Parts: sequence; structure tokens; C-alpha cells
Amino acid sequence: MNAPTEQPARLTVATCSLAGCFGCHMSFLDVDERIVELAQLVTFDRSPLTDVKHCSERVDVGLIEGGLCNVENVEVLREFRASCRYLVAVGSCAITGGVPAVRNKFTLESCLREAYIDAPGIDNPHIPCDPEIPLLLNKVRPIHEVVRVDYVLPGCPPPAEAFWELLTALIAGREPELAYEHRRFD
Amino acid sequence: MSETKNTFTLDGQPVVFEAGQTIMNAALAAGHYIPHLCHHREFKPHGSCKVCTVRVNGWLSASCTTPASAGAKVESEAPDIQEARRRIVQMLFIEGNHFCPFCVKSGNCQLQAVAYHLGMEDTSLPHRFPSRAMDASHPDVVLDRDRCINCSLCVRASRDADGKDLFGLSGRGIDTHLVVNSSTGLLKDTNIDANDRAIQVCPTGALLVKRRGYEQPIGERRFDAQAIECEFESKY
Ligand code: SF4
Ligand code: SF4
Ligand code: FES
Repeated sequence: MNAPTEQPARLTVATCSLAGCFGCHMSFLDVDERIVELAQLVTFDRSPLTDVKHCSERVDVGLIEGGLCNVENVEVLREFRASCRYLVAVGSCAITGGVPAVRNKFTLESCLREAYIDAPGIDNPHIPCDPEIPLLLNKVRPIHEVVRVDYVLPGCPPPAEAFWELLTALIAGREPELAYEHRRFD
Repeated sequence: MSETKNTFTLDGQPVVFEAGQTIMNAALAAGHYIPHLCHHREFKPHGSCKVCTVRVNGWLSASCTTPASAGAKVESEAPDIQEARRRIVQMLFIEGNHFCPFCVKSGNCQLQAVAYHLGMEDTSLPHRFPSRAMDASHPDVVLDRDRCINCSLCVRASRDADGKDLFGLSGRGIDTHLVVNSSTGLLKDTNIDANDRAIQVCPTGALLVKRRGYEQPIGERRFDAQAIECEFESKY
């Protein structure tokens, strides 16, 4: 009669945004009041929502929004991957490069020229080169081209229901399964 | 006996066919969906995308070009076939430039709908990000080669339905691309019309009528509520 009343360990969840627009994070918050329920089931680690800047040593689920447009994105992604048991590519930018990758049609030089030299109404035209500013990559890249990805949430942004399904499935120890209307490319 | 004479099985279900029919056309006519992109029942098969691959008596072949044969055992939804189809569709995505989030065709696009049907959620391969020429020279029609999958449906429709022969595929392998049959190679120097069948049959957002877009709100587009297979299963 003394069945062990073992509590499943609380999952740790981290989130971060690379070259994205924060729309995925906003969509995550569309779970609305269920965020309270979630906060009782998981511990939030590094995230713009907690303002914690680096992951704890071991994070269970890491949600990444945005693709890779500069060297800092790559560094953050690698650190994030190393800390997270499951890495989730969230949204079109993380999965395909998304809207920032529209610039891949052009050379980096012509993009910088257009923005900082040739555009109308520019004072003191010059291409920024402060060491504080991360160098841009030649092409914007989806994250799976640099690290291994365990799960994806497609969409621009993925609907709140998709976040909910992913997290509740991982909490329950089952494979997430997105309903037809919750796996969209737009 | 006469029943098995013109019957094959598709994933174990009997399908009756007419002499000369392909596996694809017989299956569609019987209300069974086999994923396809370069096939359209109004036009001669092209057999190029391979999304419609099935296993016929143990051999893989394109169902849109393979004639139906009596007693054949055709497998379509076997996990390994679905996986191979998913890979093909992923390759179509990474080969071009598909920005679904702002594409006019999104929600009404067959490439996207077939990807959804196959359970594709990501591309998983390195993206090519090719540089392809856009042709916006015509007042009413635009050709965005970034989204073209070289299915040749416009080629066949323009030739066989519109009687104009305005398109062709040129180059080989990865360099295959759609060309326009005019002295300048531009649409403005053709007699293309916004109502041409060639534009209507394009499965993607590569050939579009200008000044028409985002006409239905998200949620009411062709594939928002209903998956592509439902369309075929109910149509016939
Ligand atoms: S053509 Fe289809 S798959 Fe390509 S970007 Fe447009 S909606 Fe997406
Ligand atoms: S323009 Fe459309 S119909 Fe023509 S080959 Fe490309 S994808 Fe196919
Ligand atoms: S639909 Fe059969 S090869 Fe394309």
C-alpha cells in the first residue's frame, strides 16, 4: 500500500531569439492563462522572459526562435545546443532562414551599401565596423545547418497550441504530435 | 474472374481501371489520393517530380506514368515510400526560394499542401538559396522562378489547352529552369492572358496574376481546414 509517490522531475525550459522578430515568443505567450499552469510544471531558465542571460548547466528543453545572420547568433546557438537536452527550432526563421534570408539573393556588400551608403537621406555614409557589433554572415542560415535539432514547430509564428502540445507532450514523456491546423509554414 | 481482369490493389483495396489508364488516374477516379505535383489529369503525364512514386509488385515506379495492370499489388502509403516522398518534397523546397510566410500562394499552394499531407515539418537539408530571375515585365502576369518546381504543367497547358506554347524547360539537372518562348525571353513579348490555363494549373506561386493576392483571409484558404487528400477523395 506504500506505492512510491514519486514526483516526476520538473523540466527546465529555456528560450532564446536569434535573427527573428520575437513574434514566436509573443505567440508562445498566447497560451494566455495556461502560462500559470505551465509555470507550475516547468522551471524557466535562460529566456528573454526571465532576463536570465545564460543557460544553467543542464536544461531539458531549449526553444530557439530565429535563424543565423551574424557570428553572435552562431555562438549563442552553439552554447544553447550544448546546454539543452532537446533543442526545438521554433518558427520559419529558425527552420528555413525566413524573412531575413530574403537578403541571400544579394551579396552582403550590396546589402550594406544599400543600407548605409546609397540609401537616400544618409548623413555621414559609412559601413559600421565597431568591434561591439557582431559581424554579419555572408548568408542567413537556418539553425539545422549548424547544430542538431530535435524538434521543430513550424509556422510564422507557430500557434500557441503548437507550443502547448510540444511542452505538455515532453512533460508527459510522449512524442509531440501537431494537429493539421497547427503545423503551417505561414 | 472478369473482376480481377481489370482490377489492381492499392494498399490492399481493389481499384477497377479502364484499359490504358495509369495507376494514378485509376486511383484518382476511384477516389484514392496518391500525392503528386507534376500530374494533372487534363494533361499528358510528365513523370518528373517522382512524388507519386508507388511500389508495383515490389518495384518502385511513378504512378502517373505507369499503366495499371490486372492483379498488380500497388503500395502507396508504406512508411518507406512516404519517407522518400517527404525527402523529395524537402528537396523541392531547399532547391528554390520558398518564403511561405509572405507568399501570395500560401494556403492555396499544392507544394505546401503536399508537404502537409506528408507530415513534413521542416526542410532538414542545407538550403541552396539560388539566384533566379524574376519576370515581372508583363502588365498582368508575373513569373517568380524562385517558387518554380519545374513541373512543366504550364508548358503542357500553354501548348495543349491555350494553344500558345509559351513555356519550355531548359538546362539539365540542377540547372533546369523555365524559359519563356518570346524573342526577348520575357513575358511582355508574349500573348499570355491572365485567364490562361497555364497560369491556373501552376501548383505553386511561380505563375501569378498581378494585383490579385491574399484574397481569402487565413483560415479560409483552400488548404487551411481541409488537407489536399480530402479534396481528391471527395471530388470523384
Ligand atoms: S510557392 Fe508554395 S511552397 Fe513556395 S513559398 Fe509559395 S506557398 Fe510556400
Ligand atoms: S511555373 Fe508553375 S507550372 Fe510552370 S513549371 Fe514552374 S511550378 Fe510548374
Ligand atoms: S506526379 Fe508522377 S512524377 Fe510527378
